[in-house]
Amino acid sequence: MIEPHRYTANEILTVLSARQLRDGQVVFAGVGVPLLAATLAQRTRCPGLTILFEGGVIGAFVEPGKLPPSTNDQRCTKRANMVLGSAEVLLLLQRGYVDVGFMGGAQIDQYGNLNSSFIGDSLHPKTRLPGTGGGNDISSLANMIVAMKHEKRRFVEHVDFITSPGFISGGDSRAQSGLPTGGMFRVVTELAVFSFEDAERRMKVAALNPGVSRDEVQDKTGFELIFDDDLAVTEPPSENELATLRMLDPEHLFTA
Amino acid sequence: MNEAVVKPYLQLREELSRRDRSLREKVVTLEDATSFVQDGMSVGLGGSTMSRTPMAMIWALIRARKKHLTCSRSIVSTDGDLLLGSGICDHMITSWFAQGILWGLSKVMRHHVEKGGARYDEWSHMAVGMRFRAGAMGVPFMPIRSMLGSDVLKQRPEAKEIDCPFTGEKLLLVPALNPDVALIHVQRCDAYGNAQIDGLQFMDIDLAMAANRVILTTERIVSNDQIRRAPDLTKIPFFCVDAVVEVPYGCAPHECYGAYEPMMQHMEAYVSQVNGDPVGGLEAYLGRYVYGPKSWTEFLELIGMDEVLDATRRGRSIYDD
Repeated sequence: MIEPHRYTANEILTVLSARQLRDGQVVFAGVGVPLLAATLAQRTRCPGLTILFEGGVIGAFVEPGKLPPSTNDQRCTKRANMVLGSAEVLLLLQRGYVDVGFMGGAQIDQYGNLNSSFIGDSLHPKTRLPGTGGGNDISSLANMIVAMKHEKRRFVEHVDFITSPGFISGGDSRAQSGLPTGGMFRVVTELAVFSFEDAERRMKVAALNPGVSRDEVQDKTGFELIFDDDLAVTEPPSENELATLRMLDPEHLFTA
Repeated sequence: MNEAVVKPYLQLREELSRRDRSLREKVVTLEDATSFVQDGMSVGLGGSTMSRTPMAMIWALIRARKKHLTCSRSIVSTDGDLLLGSGICDHMITSWFAQGILWGLSKVMRHHVEKGGARYDEWSHMAVGMRFRAGAMGVPFMPIRSMLGSDVLKQRPEAKEIDCPFTGEKLLLVPALNPDVALIHVQRCDAYGNAQIDGLQFMDIDLAMAANRVILTTERIVSNDQIRRAPDLTKIPFFCVDAVVEVPYGCAPHECYGAYEPMMQHMEAYVSQVNGDPVGGLEAYLGRYVYGPKSWTEFLELIGMDEVLDATRRGRSIYDD
């Protein structure tokens, strides 16, 4: 039974991105939906998930109802195994300790490049966005899951500015740029789950969210999408997933 | 003071050799500490986002009407708004600049950067850390494997791509950052500047080692005996430190680990005021909360006892389990 109004867009986004994680992995999570989704995974299927935050935290167990307002607040350290410097925790990515980097995105293109720096020309920007934070480091050095809102202005053929690299201009351009490891693994939106095809490294629809059509995803995307030959339809969020999520974020801080 | 990208090594050594590194008392007032910061200097800020922000010192520098400061910090929150909006800083070096993820974009940052009055140099978070690290190590750069291939790098010609002499791989060299002054807030230190930091350290230890002067603000000053009883807890040694200022709630309205969480009502009110009107709103905020109060204590009174105590209760709860 599909009940489309049973959950918000951010709730399905959080639930589906949590499902991308596997027990035992080490995940480097950004603030917002990634932090919440990693915590949801940890509280449901993945008790052995190790969550890292860029404020300098290894093995966080965020408390229900006490979500940190950034990944640099004391709430991030609750029941963690270790706190360390921010450069030190980011260097764990470079050394290779991290299985999955997990962040949100403001604007993404067909090669999975993310922009969180400028709207319009960077020399005379229409809007100066906050910038990379650890996003560039995470996406340069780890396999990435990105959770973001699906809108035509956010899914563009070419981003205005590559803040956090995906597959740059496709093919082997990422490795040629000096990034031999990592890259986009999944993009999750309220409409679909995307992977990247092997040769050109372009975004591909791997599964549609329940109740969503191919046309709807294409209409809300600013470039031509590839659809997987074995296009799946994702299972809707379970009662347990939604109940756990609402327990974690009762004030809808990140799931409004 | 910021002409060259990297300070020449001999200058770095020469400047350090001139500093008084003796074990001596350095306790001064907040107002007196502002004299360590001169117009045009490069100022490194400790903490990150809303955590252990040296807010009282920033507040005092704004009141002292400093000019043309270049500030650097791992991640910038409302401290950056106040620095740009007050006009004391026109150049920010950081990796992320908004008020906080809960509030979207900072209209204050946007106003000053988009209108061209101020410069925001964006580096990756790790790059900022490795720049302080190189500065702390006394070497001109550190190699990293991020920023490559991105437009963040294209905007930073100060960083240099090289082929590794050992492996031939592409690497990025990020230049050392040795601020003229570092402002760091800690939970406790002694009168000599031996500082203990609870919880998240961010980049503060590298920053303290890299800078040419360090002003410590502290929740409280403890005896040197207390420091000597647990030297493993000392994160910044006294000889890095040039001034010690005791300022309880010195990060307000941001948080100080184990002491208080952010004062969110004040933050919310601030954000709605300045994002509604990034010039007039910020001016009004500065008038009421920065220029208006006679002292930091009076600023805390304006935040309100209820909110300060609530933040304290939440802050201390980290030790409740």
